[in-house]
Amino acid sequence: MDDFFTISLLVATLRTATPLIFAALGGLLSERSGVVNIGLEGLMLVGAFMAATGAHYAGDPFVGLAIGVGAATLAAVIHAVWCITLRGDQVVAGTAINLLGLSIPAFLTQRLFDTAGRTPTIDRLPTIGRGLNVLVPVAFLLVPIVWYLLFRTKPGLRVMAAGEDPRATESVGINVARYRYACVLASGALAGLGGAVLSIGDLSFYTSNMTQGRGFIALAAVIFGNWSPLGTLAATLLFGGAQAIQIQAQTTGLPISTDVLIALPYVLTLIAITGLFRNSLPPAGLGRHPTTG
Amino acid sequence: MAQDRNGAAPDHHAHHDDRADDAPLAIAMRGVVKRFGTVVANDGIDLPVRKGEIHALLGENGAGKSTLMNILFGLYHPDEGEIAVDGRPAGFKGPRDAVTAGLGMVHQHFMLIPRFTVAENVILGSEGSGVALDRPAAERRVGELAERYGLRVDPRARLGDLPVGVQQRVEILRALYQGSRTLILDEPTALLTPQEVDELYAILRRLRAAGDTVIFITHKLREVAAISDRVTVIRRGRTVGTRITAETTAAELAELMVGREVVLRVERPPAHVGDPVLVAQGLTVAGGHGQPALADLSLTVNRGEILGVCGVEGNGQAELVETLAGLRRPDAGRVLLKGQDVTAADPHDRRRAGLSYIPEDRHNRGLVLDFSLAENVLLGNADDAPFSRAGRIDARFARSLTRRLMQTFDVRAPSPETPARSLSGGNQQKLIIARELHREPDALLAIQPTRGLDVGAIEFVHRQLVRERDQGRGVLLISFDLDEILDLSDRILVLYQGRIVGEFLSGKVSRTELGLRMGGRSEDGQGREREGARTSAGAAA
Repeated sequence: MDDFFTISLLVATLRTATPLIFAALGGLLSERSGVVNIGLEGLMLVGAFMAATGAHYAGDPFVGLAIGVGAATLAAVIHAVWCITLRGDQVVAGTAINLLGLSIPAFLTQRLFDTAGRTPTIDRLPTIGRGLNVLVPVAFLLVPIVWYLLFRTKPGLRVMAAGEDPRATESVGINVARYRYACVLASGALAGLGGAVLSIGDLSFYTSNMTQGRGFIALAAVIFGNWSPLGTLAATLLFGGAQAIQIQAQTTGLPISTDVLIALPYVLTLIAITGLFRNSLPPAGLGRHPTTG
Repeated sequence: MAQDRNGAAPDHHAHHDDRADDAPLAIAMRGVVKRFGTVVANDGIDLPVRKGEIHALLGENGAGKSTLMNILFGLYHPDEGEIAVDGRPAGFKGPRDAVTAGLGMVHQHFMLIPRFTVAENVILGSEGSGVALDRPAAERRVGELAERYGLRVDPRARLGDLPVGVQQRVEILRALYQGSRTLILDEPTALLTPQEVDELYAILRRLRAAGDTVIFITHKLREVAAISDRVTVIRRGRTVGTRITAETTAAELAELMVGREVVLRVERPPAHVGDPVLVAQGLTVAGGHGQPALADLSLTVNRGEILGVCGVEGNGQAELVETLAGLRRPDAGRVLLKGQDVTAADPHDRRRAGLSYIPEDRHNRGLVLDFSLAENVLLGNADDAPFSRAGRIDARFARSLTRRLMQTFDVRAPSPETPARSLSGGNQQKLIIARELHREPDALLAIQPTRGLDVGAIEFVHRQLVRERDQGRGVLLISFDLDEILDLSDRILVLYQGRIVGEFLSGKVSRTELGLRMGGRSEDGQGREREGARTSAGAAA
């Protein structure tokens, strides 16, 4: 393996891991507060689509970024209201968000651009060299920030308490719903960022279902990383690396079937989800409400 | 906050004081009424708690104790009545207000987070100002407070790693940390070993000495006598009296609580022990975390005796009873019923072979709540004549039998068509017992048969168990209530971590000894255990 291959593999890993890191940190916050969020995929799609659309109309990728993040946060409000205030089924709500993330862009691209799921080409976010966009370092910086928030601050302790035992947390006078809302909205914003990276960072347009399951992979990374920010980062790098290898292998022509390589990140995800890693311990209050707890 | 706890008032030793009547009230509840729809949970309750006393709140399950405490703690709002805390009218909008006013609650099922450390649990909700969390400082503060009250606990320990008794100490510590001067304990002994109960009593006395007030909720007369200065008895949502504990008797309290004279201890003539009827040999069942739930457990139930199995909840009781009833296959070992190997037989076959089972959880295992009483009586019997013929259920027979059983077993319900859900816990349990006993089994499995029942219903269930014994059936009684075991058993086994760690003849063993065994310790090595083992070997021969 020569240096060029190694460096470009590394760069590709950073690039592919970035959207996963954003979305996974969002999922981590939501789940740590006790709300299952399988809607990450849909939130990413909303973020990706609205960022590209916003960038198209505003003519500025940063405005597009803000619109994408705002839209995904708004979509997360639906999840929060359904799961926290109305106490609906959290998996059903997440599924609905995923369907929304697929159908809304399909509908709007038709109406706005008269295409089947593609936005016009727009200016991408600026890069910091080697084709990496400005959000790549932001993603990596967010990991220690989330770690600090969770483990070294008062709100962090309360978030984790809400996720472990919502009833016990309410009993000491903490408003569980408030902390859960904050975390679910944050998960929307972060997943939206992750989606925007794809459409206006790596590419310069939105195309139908461009996340290709990255929201689910991010969720798997949270489980794989045992709901810890550092573990989750490691897992996203693993999944990102698998994807990078696949891309590299396709361009350099490794003697492995591309189908196998394309499947690699998903196979890893499956392994993570099937609970092969027994020592991963979800928050005990995941999916539970204060009074039913 | 912990910081303002230094001024402990030394002048509130009401319990030693002849002028106790003049002692100021820490809590005064007057004429409290709370309705839920058409149900009146509290129907005019008075609760006068003096500063610096340990005040027991005694009542049966469903008498309205929890509702009253939830009102006091701001979780419910009373429909009528007045509440004053330290002489000031209190209208709490939520637990927060109650905590601010100096109330602290120690819940029956701890409101603690196993994965957090002791210090994290204690400070949660009262972390202090600022956004950053200073763990070392919090641990220091918690450690100092624990020391001041003699509550031995390591602030850095993970809560889930601590024994139940210590976890309860953390709940008390948290209330103190929040600045509470009045501590409410809801059935605090339910999960404790006798030794842990003694330690709890010592802690409560120390709190009292420091001028704090304690409200001790219980339905056990023994505890009232052991710890309280005064006691308020409530029945069916009404206060029936407040007494000075030293000036009353268990019999008077029981009568106040139930509303009629109660036999506290069922008459139990000497047993006529017969042949073995239910035998377990070397039962091993896997549990979680690599620990076996049952480890090579053997026991023998003989005809004409009640074999009591005591132990703290979660030491293999559920697995034992499920294995014996046929709900669970053991990984190793055999179950013999009347000498026949029934290890592979399902619950239904075991019932037909003469085993009856009174489950612990009457809602999930004992009854189908939405079925009528008659349908519930049919459960497990429907395949057999005279309940059914050629696959056709004889509903008329089921109804008439149910009507007879309702009379014999005093099940109070309008008719056999009544849904089981609408019955009180005591009547539901009586229905299960009626169904299980009318089959005239050879062996009877009863696990926690009186859990959640009131004194009157407990008396009835105990009488039935002794009656079954006297009719020559073998009764296996598994209970977490040591008093129940001591009152009823002819022979007592101690279950600890899936093993029998002691076997005693009734009347030949002290509560202390049993308590130590239940906690995995022993008083004097093996001496008595050998004696017990001989009894068992003799009986099995």
